[in-house]
Formats: sequence, C-alpha cells, structure tokens
Amino acid sequence: MAKHRGRGVATINYPIGMNLGGDPSQALVHSNPTGKFTVALSSIDLGQGMKSVTRQICAETLGVPVEDVYVDTADSDTGPHCMGSFASRGTHRVGNAVMTAAREARAVMLEAAAEELEVDPGDLETDGKGSIRVKGAPHRSISVRDVAIAAQFRQGKTISGRGIFLVPLSDVDPETGEMSPATCYAHACLIVEVEVDDETGEIAVLKMTSAYEIGRAINPKLVEQQLVGGSWMGMSHALYETPEPYYPDTRDGPRDFNEYLMPGPGDICPNDITVLERPAPDGPFGAKGPGEMVANPVLPAVANAVFNAVGVRINELPITPEKILRALKARGSSTAARTR
Amino acid sequence: MLEFRKDIFADERDDNLIEVGQPTARQDILGHVTGTSPYYDDHRFANLLHLKILRSPHAHARIRSIDDSAAARAPGVKRIIRGADVPVNLNTLLSLIQFGKDDEPSLATDVVRYKGEPILGIVATSERAALEAMALVRISYDQLPAVFDVEEALKPNAVSVNAAYPKNTFEYYGKYDHQKLRYGDVDAAFKQAEIVLEDRYQMSPIEHAPTETNGSIAVPDTNGRFIVYTSTQALFFSLDTSAKINAMQSNQLHFIGGTVGGGFGGKVDTLTEPLAILAARLTGAPVRHRLSRHEEMQFGSPRGAERIFVKDGIMKDGRIVARQIRAYFDSGAYTRLSSYAVVKCTAHLPGPYTIPNVHADVFCVFTNRTPATAMRGFGVTAMDFALECHMDKGAVAVGMDPLEFRMLNMYRDGDMKAHRRQAKNCALIECAQVAAEKANWPLRDEFRRMSSRAGGSPERGGVADRTRTPAFAPTAKQAPVPADADHRRAPNVAPPVVPQRIAYERPASAAPARTTLAQQPAPRAVPPPPTAPASSPAGSTHGAPRFSSVFGTRRR
Repeated sequence: MAKHRGRGVATINYPIGMNLGGDPSQALVHSNPTGKFTVALSSIDLGQGMKSVTRQICAETLGVPVEDVYVDTADSDTGPHCMGSFASRGTHRVGNAVMTAAREARAVMLEAAAEELEVDPGDLETDGKGSIRVKGAPHRSISVRDVAIAAQFRQGKTISGRGIFLVPLSDVDPETGEMSPATCYAHACLIVEVEVDDETGEIAVLKMTSAYEIGRAINPKLVEQQLVGGSWMGMSHALYETPEPYYPDTRDGPRDFNEYLMPGPGDICPNDITVLERPAPDGPFGAKGPGEMVANPVLPAVANAVFNAVGVRINELPITPEKILRALKARGSSTAARTR
Repeated sequence: MLEFRKDIFADERDDNLIEVGQPTARQDILGHVTGTSPYYDDHRFANLLHLKILRSPHAHARIRSIDDSAAARAPGVKRIIRGADVPVNLNTLLSLIQFGKDDEPSLATDVVRYKGEPILGIVATSERAALEAMALVRISYDQLPAVFDVEEALKPNAVSVNAAYPKNTFEYYGKYDHQKLRYGDVDAAFKQAEIVLEDRYQMSPIEHAPTETNGSIAVPDTNGRFIVYTSTQALFFSLDTSAKINAMQSNQLHFIGGTVGGGFGGKVDTLTEPLAILAARLTGAPVRHRLSRHEEMQFGSPRGAERIFVKDGIMKDGRIVARQIRAYFDSGAYTRLSSYAVVKCTAHLPGPYTIPNVHADVFCVFTNRTPATAMRGFGVTAMDFALECHMDKGAVAVGMDPLEFRMLNMYRDGDMKAHRRQAKNCALIECAQVAAEKANWPLRDEFRRMSSRAGGSPERGGVADRTRTPAFAPTAKQAPVPADADHRRAPNVAPPVVPQRIAYERPASAAPARTTLAQQPAPRAVPPPPTAPASSPAGSTHGAPRFSSVFGTRRR
C-alpha cells in the first residue's frame, strides 16, 4: 500500500461569445455637466467583474481617468439591450459595444474642446488625466470638466455615444455542419500533479501549472481571480461534485452543502499560472475572455495524472475513491507489487 | 501565482495604454466588502407575500386529480396558482431566438415528466404558511414508466418523455434527430490508419451551487407596470421570457438586477420570475419567489451529463488522420438550452487539432430527469474531458510524449477546421511551450521551436498534404524520434524523478520494433481532401452499436 504521484496534461481552446453569433449587446455613454461619465448597460455583473472591465475600456477609449467613469448596469428601463452574461461574451461583446459608444462620445468631446480652444479637433489629444491638449503644444489645454460645462451650457452639444456589437448570425449546413461558430478563441495548457493512495483510492491534487492565452488582459487582477477560482472549480468537478452520484440513477442526490461534496480549503492546491496575450483582431483592445474555459483542462488533466500515477483510466466523472479502487481491483494486479 | 509573458506575441499588441491592463479595484468593491451591495433579496416591502412551489414526487406520472381545497383555506394562504392560471403555459427559452418548439409548462397540468416538476404555486403571508398549506394538497397520480438513460431513451420502444418531441430527441432543421459534422472521409481514413482507438466517456451532472439561490421579487408598480428584482444572469432574456408567459408587453415590466451571488450558467433559465409576476398580478401585492437550497440542488437545472464515444485513427508517427464522435447530451425532460449546446459542441470538434477527416453525430436527448441547462463551458467541458483523455491514450498507443503528441496535431493559423473555416489567432502551441517550461516537462527542440504562426495551411488538413509536410517543419523529413527510455517506463507508481519526464507505457501489444518507424512505407492512398463532403451517412442513427462492442486499442 502506497501513495503514488503522477502528472497529467490537457490542452484546450474555447470559443468567445455565443455559438454562431447573433448575440448583440448595446451600451450608452454620456457625460454629466462636470465631465463625469456614465456607462448605461443592462449587462449583469455576476462577480466576474463586468463593471470593472467595461469601466476601464470606456476610460481608455475616452482618454479620461477611470475614476471619472461609473458603470450603471442591469436596469431594463435605462440600460439598452444585452443578450446576457454567459458564453464568455461579456468582455468581448459588451466591451466592444462600450468601446464604440465611448468613441462616439469622445468625438463630441474633442469637437467641443476644439471649439473652446479654437483649433481643429484632429489636432487634439487626451492625456488620460482629465485634460485635452493640442498635440505638440501641451500648454494649450482644457480640462474635460470645462469642456463638459461648455458643451452643455454654451455650445448645446451632448457628449454622449451609442454602441452596439453584433457578430452576425451564422447559418449551419444541416448535412455537413459547416458554420461560422466564433470569431476568436482562448487557449490553455494545464499540467497537474496528483498523489493517489492505492489503499483508500483518495486523490490529492498537489499542484497545477498552467498557461492561459486570453487575448488582452483588461484587468490582471480580475483575470487572476477567474483563473484561480475557475481551476479550483475544475478540480472540484473532476474529483468531487455531482447532484446525481449514481447517474443515470437519480437517487441519493444531495440536498445542501453538507451533502454536496466539494473540496475544502485543505484540498485545493496552488496554480502556477502564466498568462499569454495574443490580441483578438475583433476584441476590445484585443481582449477575448477567460471566464468559461478555465476549468475545462483540469478535468482531463486530473484523469490523465491518475493514470500516470496508478495506471488506471477513469472515463467517468467524478473520479471518486470508489472508482479508483474498483479500477485497481479490475486491473487485477496489486499496485503494491508494482511499486518499485 | 500569476505571471504575464508579455514577450510572446508582443509584435501583435500596442501596449501603450493607460487604463487597460491595470489592476484597478472594482467600482463596487466597497459595497461588497462592507455588505451593502444590494442583492435582489435585500429589497424590503411591506405586506410581502411568498410563493412556494408544489413539485412532483414522481419522475413520470399522469395527474388524475388535484384537491387543493384544504390548502386554499389554510391560514395565511392568499392564492393558489394552477397551470390554468398561467396565460401562456408552454414555452421554450430559445423561442426568443426562434430555435425549437415550446415544450415546457410553467405549471404541469396533465403529466409530470421529472421528479420536482412544478404543479401548483402557493402564495401565502410567509414561506412557512405556504409550506404548511402545501402539505394539505392532495394529488392523485397514475405513475408512468420512466427513462433515465440517454441510450435507453433512443431505443424504438422507449417511453416518450416530451410531448413536443415524441422520439426523445430534439429536432434539427426540421429533419434530423441530431447535429451532423461531416468533413473528409473518416471511413477511408480509418482503413489507412495504423492504430484505431475507441473509448466511451461519461460526464457527471454538476450543480452550479451559487451562494445565492435563484430568486426574484415582483412588485406591482403604478400604471399597470411591475418592478422585478431578480438574480438573473440575462436581464432582457428573463424579461422577454416573463412577458411571453404572462402575455404582457415587455414595457410593462421593469427588471432590476445586476448584483448576483454567483451564476455559472444556472441563472439564465428564468426559473422564478414568471410566476412571481403572475402571483403579484393575481394578489396585487409584492411576491417573493426564491428557491430553497434543497430546491436549488435538486430541482434547479444542473449541468447536464453527456455520454461521448470517441474513435481516432492514428498513424504511428503520431498524426491523427480521423476522428469520429458520437455524443448524447442528457437534456432532461425539457429542452431549455441543451439544443444550443449540441450545436456549439459540434462546432468545437475535433478540438484544437488539425485532423483531416472528422465525422460527428451529436444528439440532444430527453429523459425523465431535471432539465439540464447552461453551465460554465457549456457544450464543451464534457467534450474536452473526453478528447483530452483520448489524446492521452493516443500518445500511449504511439509511444509519444503526451504533450508532444498533442503539439504535433495542434491547429495553427491558416489550417482548415472541420466546420470549414480557416483558423486564425491561434496560440495553443505557445501555451504548451510555456506550461511545459514552467513545469519542467521536457520538450524536444523541434517542439520548443514550433509556432502557431508558422506552417499552417488549408492543405494541412488533408492527409496527402500532411504526409508531404509533416506538422512540425524542423523535422519535416525525419521520422519522429522513438520514445526514449523514460517513455517506456511503466505507469509511474513511484515518486517522480526531477525533472520528471512523464512516463507512459507502450502497451505490449503495441510495441513494434523501435526502428521501424523510419522504414514504414509512406502512408498509403489518401482519403479525399477535406473539402469534399462525405456521402450521406449509412447505418442506424440511434443507439451506439458501432462503438459499444469495441473499446480499447486495436492494432492493424
């Protein structure tokens, strides 16, 4: 009886946005009279950081500090249509809509500033700190606040913009499956190290080492939150969770978190993550979306690591101690005898 | 631990940005950490009523009679809602995008098709009063035979689950019981393949397990409108679904959401809003409808389970020349969103690899269980589990390092994919290189030099062209290096040496002399190029006789 270590790997990709497209999102951006901007969305922030991502995209596009942008989400009376927060579509679809709206608002803002500075709008640039200045002549500048006041009370301009992003819906050929499912993909490679106890069948996940390619990372801390939490979710999926433990038999389903098996703090493991950024040609600043694909490589990597450790293939999830022991027994040879 | 490799693909990025790329704190973080962010259930109303759902105890039964007279007289009960009270008591979620037939009632009237299916709504002054009244309802059922297994459900004499789809399969394009993918000619390619590898994979269902269960509060507003505070992941999706079921105009509904205690796909189904609105209309009072943890666990839709059969045709040099998939998505009793996931899954095939011959049949199957729905990785997670386990077996079968075997077959910019679009913006090879380096997983030089941006082409998808131009350029004329001693170690049953080379056993039956690979005749006659669609599929469309008999590795 012994504990055996093994490593397994998986490599995956994941489509960004709803399959086949046809899933629009809209955004409205406007300034108040003192140069503070509101982004109006009906998109939902599930905790993944939708508000932060769209806020940073809006600030970058407008050329104003992020503190001067507030994102108002999820009110159907004020927020224009969004398909929803799913399918790894938030950053890509909503981000693009916000970028389009912010560009339109920025154009009006520069027009208003040009009128105040008596220059051509094309000669102006933003400094990202709240001012607009003449290119090459930074002493000739005006604050965004003064531009907003002038636009509202003197020039009669609305510093506002509308944005929508839509990947047109693709047809599917019923005979061949020919289709345009997605415009960009995220990628991942994950290596996991496990220790399997051949007496109890218990599996300890010791370490994950991973590389995720997610297009531009709009906010690295939110990326980290997604990648760490998501990889633990994958680990839980691989080894613990199910509401139907004897699927397809429906009996013995858990009713609460006491009965629903999940890893505890002592069961989770570090994930040594590296992020790669190959910008998506149609993403906002090249962003894709890390949300969904994070967990996917963990499931097969754990199964492959179990094989590497004790030489049995578990083809049914979750990989419980019971399945390990049954597989070891079915293989017929004692693992102890195989230990060096 | 998180590190960025800004040097990779740096030439494709303009990193001269100010706000994008910063670890800016969330706009709403103060509210979250001080407990003041308003979730739907943080809104307080005088005279709030509570809606609880009486659910079927049977997986499949005919409702003979319902006697709710005692419950209606119970203390605190304001209203009992039956199916007949629901203005439009049949819906399917994706009817909003014109996909599929209405197949699911809000409240069952004649037949229940899964354990937990809603039958009555009880509106009372407290949840406790509603639950106590529920115990007084008498329902008489005729139990019906039920089917729980996807392959059983496809047998000709199987119990019919869903009245809209009597054959237990979602209908695609008005004529097929599954989604097809046909690329190249797998039958010819399997004849050419030197190794054919088949196996069966079974995904488990999984619960989204959000901290905040599904719920909503519907509040009568002025001018005939209703305000709905909701945990939904998709505000207008839920609004439009609620409007349809209640036969209301969309602008009579004002949905407010936006701070949600976890979704993961489980808050798209609009499980609570339509009946909360109906209850508020019928009583004129604000009504809360929230799932208990037990309801969320057992009757809120889970991730569905998929059963997947994979068959690969592989050459001894590691190239995969054919991949055939047969997959069954367990949709439960109603469609919800599984029909969509089937198409998404098909689009994902054959995974992130360039394989010249691909054939897939993917089914959305109805069974007498809780309807499944979207969850993180929808349509793809289970398939990736199957494909990546299978890739590992393929590596063992050809005696290659499992990561190098994958890299040899990985898709690159310009490759033709099975859904007949050219790949672009690929980066999987680079992910493999970076992860391997960090984990001290040794890769040979030619694999360390590979690039997603070099060597891809539409022709690479064809076997003929791939034999002329093997997938990795630096060793184009060279047979793959036989596995080294480390590769031939038995499955690792001892603590690893460092740096560990993952140790995979070449099966005894699959151990040709190591020197033969270079002497192999060039792969024989080739299947047609991938642009030629295969002829229409032959054989049965139900069950899995072709796969079920042969598992494991088979050498030709």
